[in-house]
Amino acid sequence: MGEHHHGPAKGLKRWIFATNHKDIGTMYLWFSFAMFLLGGAFAMIIRAELFQPGLQLVEPGFFNQMTTMHGLIMVFGAIMPSFVGLANWMIPMMIGAPDMALPRMNNLSFWILPPTFLLLASTLFMEGGAPAFGWTFYAPLSTTYAPPSVTFFIFAVHLLGLSSIMGSINIVATVWNLRAPGMTWMKMPLFVWTWFITAYLLIAVMPVLAGAVTMMLMDIHFGTSFFSAAGGGDPVLFQHVFWFFGHPEVYIIILPAFGVVSQIIPTFARKPLFGYDSMVYATASIAFLSFIVWAHHMYTVGMPIAGELFFMYATLLIAVPTGVKVFNWITTMWRGAMTFETPMLFCIGFVVLFTLGGFTGVMLSMAPSDFQYHDSYFVVAHFHYVMVAGAVFSMTGAVYYWLPKWCGRMYSEPMGKIHFWISFVGFNLAFFPQHFVGLAGMPRRIPDYASQFADFNMLSSVGAFIYGGSQILFLYNVISTIVAGKPVSDDKVWEGAEGLEWTVATPAPFHTFAVPPRVK
Amino acid sequence: MCFKAKRLHRLALGPVLSLLGLTSRLAWSDDTKVNQINMPVSVTEVGASIYNLHMTIFWICVVIGVLVFGVMFYSIFAHRKSRGVTPSNFHESTTVEIAWTVVPFLILLVMAVPATTTLINVYDTTDADMDILITGYQWKWKYEYLDEAGENLTFFSNLSTSQEEIYNREAKGEHYLLEVDEPVVVPVNSKVRLLITANDVIHSWWVPELAVKRDAIPGFINETWFRAEREGIYRGQCAELCGRDHGFMPIVVNVVSQQKYTDWLSDKQAEAAEIKALMAQTFTLDDLVKRGKDVYARDCQLCHGANGEGGIGKAIAGSSIATGPVATHLDVGIYGVSGTSMQSFGKQLNDVDMAAVITYQRNAFGNNMGDMVQPLDVFNHKQGQ
Amino acid sequence: MLNASDKPIFNTVARLLVVALAMFAFVFVVMVPLYNVLCDALGINGKTGGRYEAVATRVDESRLVTVQFVTTNNAGMPWEFKPSTTAMKVNPGAVNSTVFLARNPLPQAMVAQAIPSISPARAAQYFHKTECFCFNQQPLDGETSAELPLQFIVDQGLPRDIRTITLSYTLFDVTDMVKGAVATR
Repeated sequence: MGEHHHGPAKGLKRWIFATNHKDIGTMYLWFSFAMFLLGGAFAMIIRAELFQPGLQLVEPGFFNQMTTMHGLIMVFGAIMPSFVGLANWMIPMMIGAPDMALPRMNNLSFWILPPTFLLLASTLFMEGGAPAFGWTFYAPLSTTYAPPSVTFFIFAVHLLGLSSIMGSINIVATVWNLRAPGMTWMKMPLFVWTWFITAYLLIAVMPVLAGAVTMMLMDIHFGTSFFSAAGGGDPVLFQHVFWFFGHPEVYIIILPAFGVVSQIIPTFARKPLFGYDSMVYATASIAFLSFIVWAHHMYTVGMPIAGELFFMYATLLIAVPTGVKVFNWITTMWRGAMTFETPMLFCIGFVVLFTLGGFTGVMLSMAPSDFQYHDSYFVVAHFHYVMVAGAVFSMTGAVYYWLPKWCGRMYSEPMGKIHFWISFVGFNLAFFPQHFVGLAGMPRRIPDYASQFADFNMLSSVGAFIYGGSQILFLYNVISTIVAGKPVSDDKVWEGAEGLEWTVATPAPFHTFAVPPRVK
Repeated sequence: MCFKAKRLHRLALGPVLSLLGLTSRLAWSDDTKVNQINMPVSVTEVGASIYNLHMTIFWICVVIGVLVFGVMFYSIFAHRKSRGVTPSNFHESTTVEIAWTVVPFLILLVMAVPATTTLINVYDTTDADMDILITGYQWKWKYEYLDEAGENLTFFSNLSTSQEEIYNREAKGEHYLLEVDEPVVVPVNSKVRLLITANDVIHSWWVPELAVKRDAIPGFINETWFRAEREGIYRGQCAELCGRDHGFMPIVVNVVSQQKYTDWLSDKQAEAAEIKALMAQTFTLDDLVKRGKDVYARDCQLCHGANGEGGIGKAIAGSSIATGPVATHLDVGIYGVSGTSMQSFGKQLNDVDMAAVITYQRNAFGNNMGDMVQPLDVFNHKQGQ
Repeated sequence: MLNASDKPIFNTVARLLVVALAMFAFVFVVMVPLYNVLCDALGINGKTGGRYEAVATRVDESRLVTVQFVTTNNAGMPWEFKPSTTAMKVNPGAVNSTVFLARNPLPQAMVAQAIPSISPARAAQYFHKTECFCFNQQPLDGETSAELPLQFIVDQGLPRDIRTITLSYTLFDVTDMVKGAVATR
């Protein structure tokens, strides 16, 4: 590696030309948090409009732009980059590597993101408005009937894909080649395992998304008819291609979260993770199954019955490895000696709420009952339970868990606990009632609703405001920790922490493991 | 917004009652649907089996949840450091791992059986008593009752909630956003086969109480069916994001007795005959403007504005079309403008309404053309004369 | 920049790049064609095959199948378009013909493309068209009418529980696509 042993460059240069995995990780984390706030602001607009029946604040067209941008920014701008940031920070430290395998590419894959999201956000000010066809952008609403800004949207998706693919290649190359001597495959921390598998998923499916938007681009500008029936194409083909990407994508989001939880629970249970091997196999089988279940998002398009049955059975199978994971986490807690610091609280919150999301997932997998659930608020509730209470809760826990290691200062535990409880209550208040209105017949992506849904929607909005507001507390806690937190000097930080990242000094020096450690 | 005491009461009791399975069974009258927390039981046999499947899986999940979370919360309570426990060190057990792989698999296998039989039933569209072709439009539904003799009954079904209610200038009615000008009417206990397609983008036809949701895809045709076993009015909405007014294209299905259905059919035929009679009439300018004002409010206002000022669509006040030659104006109204959101209204409006609305547009919003279009002119224009 | 110890990394990156590129290509060379093949074979979306070469077959006179015709105009398509007869009762194996009526009411010439779709989709593979106006784009001068012919055979292999087949045609305005001349598919 061409790195010399010196400290970081001074000023802005340090960040623009950053090649250090910790600096890049930090930038990813801050960027994703900024996007989380932006996507969150859009969510607040959505929930404010839905506070009462009737149109009060925004027009239906703008509402659709908000739901679309909220989804795109949360998935591609907040959750995915936050886990890439975490991977950058932690993977080299967990496997005893001096840095990521490809530091310059790492720099590029980060710096693609800010201009890309600037471009995406700028579509809001374009003529015809931002994309308003939902984050799933089904043709022909996203082709023949799209606003002119769709071309910029397509360009942005291409850039995002490029960034993700580069980031993933970097992670795979690092894990393959830079493990410290003795760090065998089955000794790798689970966070590394889950990310390793996630990176493969990304490399496999981001090009599929690129293919989907390329076909859209050609349909819009070059007269092809991939998705238009008039020229012999088929709008349903779009959905197949999109979900062939989209289903693995949801596991791309959740697998690193599984990894985080598998690191944190053993620490605070003071007991090794139960069933390490089965965790690895379960992760791999979830990844495999994710490729053969995509059409369960499309039960209502009118597939042949054999297709419906195949995708239903395959989807049901996913419950098995996912169940194994939940059982393993709980057994890890069993007869441990638990304490409940903020990271642990978020992980327990994760286990409870993610499992609820899993239950609704099993319900949704049933094709006949999905005819009732599909595209209703029940689905909205389901995927927020797995995406927010899954990915975002675990990410929040991860920040509290590793923050002392990163900056050498301890966050305020009371404030962290308050953040957790407000988040937990706000989240459930926001999303639990959505199960009810969905079952009762409220479709998703509507700016206004029938009076019978009014009370639950009001509750839901109040919950969303509480959950959104609690993130300000989080931001305050993190900043005040970095600026003025109580210094931590113990390498281990947490009594029960295990792993190479806890063997380096606190705060983690700019360069770690220049000499590879020997793993027993 | 003030919470009424009654509302709070409902809010508190609703979930409790519903968990006991009470309100869902009472949910037939429109009033108790407020704060309903569960899927409607449905008035079709297939819907009932879907509901049972839903509840079976729900209870299986509840049992699993109670067990899993019970263990977890016991552990959180008992195995905490503050109670002075020392952590044990066990971290694997092949027997346990196999058990909790195999047992869930078996549970899933059991779940798959009713799911499969129900699905097969949903797909059995054979031997229907009647066929309705449903076409999704941005943002309304067209219904076409297929008739073997070739006399298809066709009508469009628009949202009938007023803009005043939507924009909070008037109190909201009981069926706010779930009411249409022309409901679908079907006889009770008849197997109705639905053929579903779309005119522009993908829509989805969903009526929860009939347990039917099927996508309407432009260029392709889908089919499904229902047999309603109870008379009543069942309301639903478009379920697939289809553009700006996706939230404003409801569905109302009126299930009536066979006798009432026959009456409705003959009413419809009489209506058509009446329109035919009106076609031959010559109207005064005032009559046309008066009729046209209503048509405008229903079909044009959303895009062109209450005062013809434009919005989604172009302004009509002072426009070159509304103040230009009548023939061009008729072309635009009847055939729409390709590549824009101006639809063709030739099939959506009868010739009388078309004549009225064109006349209205030419004589309102300061367009004082003073000319008028008679129904016969529209008819002749369509025939290319 | 690369030194000896970087070689394995380089190899890993090269392999992964190949995977990424292959997946991009996979969309175009596998997914799209495979989808079309599957659609034709399984009748997904009620798609029907192309022109069927009639083979001399026995007519199954033991049963009658109702074939329904429905038509839809896609957005912006002003033509009048309807079947001359809304339903036919046919014997499997027999050759049947009917016409659809089309009229272009506008002054300018236009080109249309009809897209067929069969319901139930299960029946699509048993519905053979020996002659169909949907095989070609249909030009029509301004203010003229045409009779568009359809000739079809319902296969004797049609499952006995299917007693009604609906054939839907959606008419699209492809005038601009033809003008653009870039329409290849």
